[in-house]
Parts: sequence; structure tokens; C-alpha cells
Amino acid sequence: MNELPILSILILLPIVGIFFMTLIRNNNDQSSNNLKHTALWISFLNFLISLYLLFSFNQQDADFQFEERYFWIEYGISYHLGVDGISILFIVLTTMLVPICILASYDSIKFSVKEYLIAFLALETFMIGVFCSLDLVLFYLFFEGGLIPMFLIIGIWGGERRVYSTFKFFLYTLAGSVFMLLAIIYIFITAGTTDVSYLLDYNFTRNEQIVLWLAFFASFMVKIPMWPFHTWLPDAHVEAPTAGSVILAGVLLKMAGYGFIRFSIGFFPEASELFAPLIFALSIVAIIVTSLIALVQEDMKKLIAYSSVAHMGFVTLGIFTFSVQGIEGSVIQMISHGIVSAALFLCVGVVYDRLHTREISRYGGLVSKMPMYAFTFMIFILASLGLPGTSGFVGEFLVLLSIFSINTYFAVFATTGVVLAATYSLWLYRRMIFGALIKDDLSEMLDLTRREIIIFVPLITLTIFIGIYPKPVIDIIEPSAKKIVSQVNGKLN
Amino acid sequence: MENILHIIPEIFIFCSALILLILGLFIKNIKLINNLAILSLLIAVALVINQPYQSIYLNSYVIDEFSSLFKIMIFIGSIVTLVMFVSSREDLHINLYEFPILILFSTLGMMVMVSANDLLAMFIGLELQSLSLYVLAALNRNSLLSSEAGIKYFILGALSSGLLLFGISYIYGFSGNTNFNLIAVNYNSESLGLLIGIVFVLAGLAFKVSAVPFHMWTPDVYQGAPTPITAFFALAPKIAAMGLLVRFLFNSFGELYLDWQQIIFFISIASMMLAAFAAIAQTNIKRLMAYSSIGHIGYALIGVACVSSEGLRSLLIYLVIYLVMNISVFTVILSLKRNDAYFENISDLSGMYKNHPFTTILVALMMFSLAGIPPLAGFFGKFYIFVAALESNMVFLAVIGIIASVISAFYYLRIVKIMYFDEPKEEFDGVNIRSLQVLFYPSSFLVILFFIYPAPIIQLSEYAIKSFY
Repeated sequence: MNELPILSILILLPIVGIFFMTLIRNNNDQSSNNLKHTALWISFLNFLISLYLLFSFNQQDADFQFEERYFWIEYGISYHLGVDGISILFIVLTTMLVPICILASYDSIKFSVKEYLIAFLALETFMIGVFCSLDLVLFYLFFEGGLIPMFLIIGIWGGERRVYSTFKFFLYTLAGSVFMLLAIIYIFITAGTTDVSYLLDYNFTRNEQIVLWLAFFASFMVKIPMWPFHTWLPDAHVEAPTAGSVILAGVLLKMAGYGFIRFSIGFFPEASELFAPLIFALSIVAIIVTSLIALVQEDMKKLIAYSSVAHMGFVTLGIFTFSVQGIEGSVIQMISHGIVSAALFLCVGVVYDRLHTREISRYGGLVSKMPMYAFTFMIFILASLGLPGTSGFVGEFLVLLSIFSINTYFAVFATTGVVLAATYSLWLYRRMIFGALIKDDLSEMLDLTRREIIIFVPLITLTIFIGIYPKPVIDIIEPSAKKIVSQVNGKLN
Repeated sequence: MENILHIIPEIFIFCSALILLILGLFIKNIKLINNLAILSLLIAVALVINQPYQSIYLNSYVIDEFSSLFKIMIFIGSIVTLVMFVSSREDLHINLYEFPILILFSTLGMMVMVSANDLLAMFIGLELQSLSLYVLAALNRNSLLSSEAGIKYFILGALSSGLLLFGISYIYGFSGNTNFNLIAVNYNSESLGLLIGIVFVLAGLAFKVSAVPFHMWTPDVYQGAPTPITAFFALAPKIAAMGLLVRFLFNSFGELYLDWQQIIFFISIASMMLAAFAAIAQTNIKRLMAYSSIGHIGYALIGVACVSSEGLRSLLIYLVIYLVMNISVFTVILSLKRNDAYFENISDLSGMYKNHPFTTILVALMMFSLAGIPPLAGFFGKFYIFVAALESNMVFLAVIGIIASVISAFYYLRIVKIMYFDEPKEEFDGVNIRSLQVLFYPSSFLVILFFIYPAPIIQLSEYAIKSFY
């Protein structure tokens, strides 16, 4: 069965969908419904294919699987795809979130539906490509290519300050990434190839590693985002349409975390070891500072965006401990954050669709009118603050465990972030859901529709399942994480 | 008789230009003459492909892989211009049968330029090309801007020709030869006079490729000239002058590269940075494209400054991609009409996607490609330029290059922003001219789908620089 180029199919299927959709005319409600259904089914089919990929994945094997390699540009730069235990989870996360996003946009996108859906499917292609590619040039192609649809999604269907936000998003990310491009070119020249599986065994000199690591860092730091280059994220989140925020928080930020694991520590272990204290310091500052900033936010989306920065601080902490626990914790934290923050943005979208404001003080006492919504929102708020029994706990716990074995002080500071997270999350929940229902327009609010329930059910199930029984996920990550750690240790000694 | 057959494509273009000139006196059907000119350019493509590679006329004229690739690019640029002329000649008041003939003469001059291996052949080609362009720029006699563009281009062009000729006289005086290869053998590398000569010739050539600090004419001429001629300026003469620059520097002063490398280095940086900043404030799309082309020439010059086979290869890849991107962009500019009148203000593009979603997405992708965003073709051009720069240890140049490309992304994004995010003013007709669609769709799809299999262009460029390395 391995002959089937399943990764290429995953990448190409959305493109095929785009071709189909360009043929459908978009001139009335009926046809725009057709477009939505087409896009939904295509992305759902892609999700099923990725599930098939997940189940035929050999969990004992730590090497890259489902590899495909074709001649592409010239010797050394090939079309090389493959997945291991880490990337496969991100692929499934991506293919799961895209149909949810499309479903979530059914009512909230009022104009240019066709272009919107095409941009989303194109974005899916780029996101899957990032996690599959085993060639640096190919990786860069997908990594940067995703900027184009995202620029349009925020810019066309975004809120009032959408132009400012989308320019900031685009230029920040581009400015960070071009340094990575130079580093990739340098690798191509010195190593003669950009093939990832070859480069993982290649030894760069110490000085090369330092410069190249910094160049990759510039790109991933902006993308993940780390303090102090995180300011584009709240802006982008606030102005993006709900589904755009979901994809941004759910998948796009994970590209950088994935890049840290795969490239930064895989290629440049010495430099990673050297800069690990810097990463720890920045991560801890990010966790504490952005949590404090989140406390004072008036805008729901901004609050969740700042909490994203704090959560990604845990991810970078875990990655740079170079321990199996740390990397497993980071990956689970990313997967969990991908589900939970996506769901939180969807929750914001639900009330935004009804009241068209994201200001926290405009809400209050929603529980009496929207009990189902209050329940859903509660689960994700609790998962976001890392309550045991939810997926958020597993990742944070593993990360804290690994950081504790390196430095107790770091662990103590990082743990204060958990407390702060509880503070701002619960306070947000209290202000929105509890209290007396005194505002008139709130009494008209309707509870979740059937479509919204369909959206939330899989997310709730996953959050709780991973929280109670994380073993299946850890089993997939573990061989690859062990291999990465042993490779790093082998190179360091 | 055999001697003449070596340059059969040049002779063919020359004869067809003369025949069309005579025909034009008797036949009032300008479209027919134009189509015949296109036909003769197509035949010339076939002739160039089938030419044997050799150097002829005492090695003053070289026909090799390099010149053939450049000639084909020039033919493509000329054909595109003529196709644009058909669709817009009446609206732009340039409905004159001289147009295709001047294009043919200019093309002939450019063919001589890229094959020239001698200072005199080089100057003859350059002047033939320039004289036709002066007239073309001022072709719309009723337009003040067009006349201004013509005069401006003529005066500055004449000045640059003077500089060039002055440099040539120095080089001849201090090396005793006009042939590129003989200059390389005979010069005395200590000689200051030779250096002065190189500087003056480079100044003249920098004017022709419109590199900073000899770029002043470009925005005004681009804006003033009728759009098909602006497209011609962007497509053909720059590419030809770049080919000439490469042959002049590499054949005659390849050994002396440390002296001219820093000149190229400087004009490359200056072009990239100035274009990136100056374009931000532009409101006219043709002026913006002028600055954009200055910036792109800056990138292409990185390839020259590397003085390596990778450098030349990346230069050729860049020029091919530049040509295709510009074809697409200029066909769009030429089709922007409202109430049967052309408009050039960028702000008039607002809300374009509501009326023409498909065209707009292609234009937006062209803008992303010009900015060098993957996976579009423009990215691969820049990628190879940076590969060459890093391979020659020109890290500084590469870093400046990427900084400039981030800055220039801003003004390309501005166009996307206006097309997509701003509210529409009025409806406009959009790309509705059949003959332009023939140019627009193929070139756009080539840029967008280039990433699927870029290898042929890269191999072609490698093949074309064989005579240098």
C-alpha cells in the first residue's frame, strides 16, 4: 500500500477542489451554498485521508514514513515528503480544523464566498505541505506561501482595522523569514543539498551553527510568536474573521514550533544548547508578561491571543530542554492548544455572530439564556488554564516536569504562568457568563444551533480524551521524540 | 556570399523592416503591416534557433548560446509589444504604420548588441536601438507627456551615448584594440586610463539598463510614453543592455574584475534600495512599474557582481522570469479602461475584484511574484540570485537584497490592498480585449505554475552561459 503517494494526495486534493470550485458560478444563495458544501466535503475527505494515514502509520518506527522523492529543481533540491510521529499529528490537526473552519464560516461570511473558500483550501494545501516536506526549499515554499491566502483572508473579510493588521502580519512574518531563506541557501551551498534527512546527520561547525540557528530563530520567533515580537498576533487575531483566527492559532503558530523541533535543534544542537538559556528567559518573560497583559484586555479575542503567546512560551520551554519529556510535552501542548484555542475563538465567534461585538463588558449573565454555550465555553476555558483531566494539563505538566529537572527557578517562574492563566481565564468566564443578565439585547440571544453543536462536539471529545487518556498520542510521538533526543545527544558528545 | 549567411536572422529582420516600410506607403492597412512584422519576428525566432554557434567577422560578432537566448527573449518582448499595439493603437493615438517598423529596427539594434564582441559593433547596435526608441517614446504627438518623455529620453540618452563613446575611446587608446577578446589580452592592468574607460562605458550602460544613479529618465519616460512602448522599454532594451554589459565585462575585463566589481556592487545596492523606497510614494501605476524595474535590475546586477558561473546563471533565470512577469503586468495595465479611456492611477484600481474576481486574483499573484513571495516564479529568481551571492561570499549584498525585498513587498502589497480591500469607485471594463488575453493568461499561469517544474529554465540558463565558463 505504500506505493500510493498519500502525502501528495493530501496536498493536492484541496487544489483539485479549488479547480472544481472555480467552475461553479456564484450568483445566488443556492450556488453559494453549493460552494460551501463542496469545500466542506473536500476538506472532510482530506480529513478522512489523513485519518487513514494516521492508522496505517507504523508507531514503532521512528524514521520518516510514506516518503516520496522526485526530481524537482536541480540536484540537491528535490520534492521530498515524509512524516514521522511528530508531523503526522500536526497534519491530522490541520485537516481536522479546516472543515470545522469552513463549517464555522457558513453564516458569518456574507460576501465573496467563493474567493473565501478558495483561499481557505489553498491555505490548507500550504499548511499540510509545511508539515510533510523533508526538503528545506520545499518547506520554505509552503511556509511562506501560506502568507498569501492568510493576507487576503484577514484583509478582505476582517474587521475594521484589517488593513493595518494584515500588513503588519505579512511584513513581520516576511521580514523574519527572509533570514531563514538566506540560511537555507547557505546550507544548500555548504552541504550541497537541502534534504532534511541528509542534513540531520550532517555536522555544521560551531560558528556556522550559531549564525544559522539565529537566522532560523528570527523566522520562528516571529511566527510562534515569542516575546517581544508577538505584537502582530493580537492585531491579526482581533481583525481576522473567526475561522481565520482559528487557523492562525490552531495551525500557523504550530509551524514555528514544528520548525524549532525539526530544524533548530535537529540541525544545530550545539547552537541550540548555547542559546537555550536565552530561549528559557524569553519564554518565561513571555509567559508572565503576556499573562499579565491578558488580564487587562477588554476584547475577548485579544485576551485569547495574548494567552496564546503565553501558551507557546511553554512550548519553547519544553523543546529546548532536549529531553524526551520536554519534546513530548511541547508537541502535546501544541496539539492541545491547537484544539483549545481554536475552540475558544469559535466560542467568541458564536457570540460575535449574535451581538457583533467582542467587548467583554457588553456581555454578562449569558448562562441563563445560553446554557449549552456556557458549558462548552467552560470546558475550553478550563482546558486552556490546564485543569487536570483536560488536554491542556498533559502538555503543561510534561513541560514543567522537564524544565524542573533542568532548573528549579525556571520551573517556579513558569508555574506562576499557570496561576495567572487561571486568573485571566476564569475572570473572563465570570464576566461573560455569570452575573445578572441586565443588558437588554442579551436576553434575545439564542443558544447554540445544530451546526455549532456539530462543530464543538469533536473538539470537546478530543480535549477530554487526550486529558484523561493521552497514551495513544504519546505512543505516536515517543519514538520520534526519542530519536530526535538521541540524535542531539549523539551530536553533542 | 557565405559570410552574409552567418547573420541571416539580422538580415532577415532588416529586410523585412525595409519591405514593410515601403509597403506602408501604399497599404493603409496598419494591422496587416503589424501582423507581417509579428510574422517576421516569429520567423526570426526559428532562424536564431537553427543558427550554428560561431564567432565571425574577425571575432567581432559572436553567435553563441548566450546571444541566442537573449535574442529570443528580445523577440518575445517585441512580439508582445506589437500585439499590444494592435489592440490599443486607436485609443492611444499612435495609429501609425511606423510603429511596427521602428520596433523592428530597434529589435535589430538589440540583436547586434547581444552578439557584439567589439566596441564598435556594440556602439552601432546601441545607437540603432536607441534612435528607434527616442522616436517611439514621442510617438503620440498630441500628448504633452509623450513628447516630454521623448525629448527627455533623447537628451539624456545622447549624453549617455557620449559618455559611452568617451569611455570607448579611452579603452581603445590604452589597449590598442576594439575587440573584446583582444582587449583582454593586450591591456596593462596598471593603466589608470583603462579604468577611466571602464567607468565611462559602465555609466553609459547603466543608463541603458536604468540602474541608479543613472535612472532619472525612467519614471518620466515610463509614464509619458504610450503604454505599449512603456512595456517595450521594460521588456526588451533592458534585457539586451544587460546581455551587452555581461559580454563587455566578462570578455574584455574578466581578469580585471576586482576593479569593476565594486562599481556593479554599488549600483546594484543603490538600485535596490532607492527603488524600494521611491516606489512607495507613487500614485501612477506606470511610474510604479518604472521603480519596480529599477529594483529588479538591481537584483539582476547582483548576478553580474558575483563574477561566477552561478552568478550569470542566476542573472539569466532572473531575466527570463522578469520578462514573463512584466508581460502579464503590462497587459493588465493596458486593459484598465473606464468609459473607453485608459487610466493609470493606482487608486482607480479600488475594488477591482468585485467586478473581475478572476483577473484580480491573477494580478494580485503577479504582485506577490514581483515581491518574491513563494511559491511564485519571482521567488525562484531571487532564490538563485541569493544562491549566487552567498556562493561568492557576498553576504552583505545578499542581506541588503533581502531587506530591500521586504521593503518593496510593501508597495506591491499596496496594490493588492487597493484592488481587494478598498471600496470600488466606478465599474471599469477590465481585461476585455481578446488579443491581450492571449498574452495575459499564458504569462500569468507560467508565473503561478512555475514552481511545479522549474528545472527546464534552470537548465536552459546553465546551457546559455557555456561560452563564458
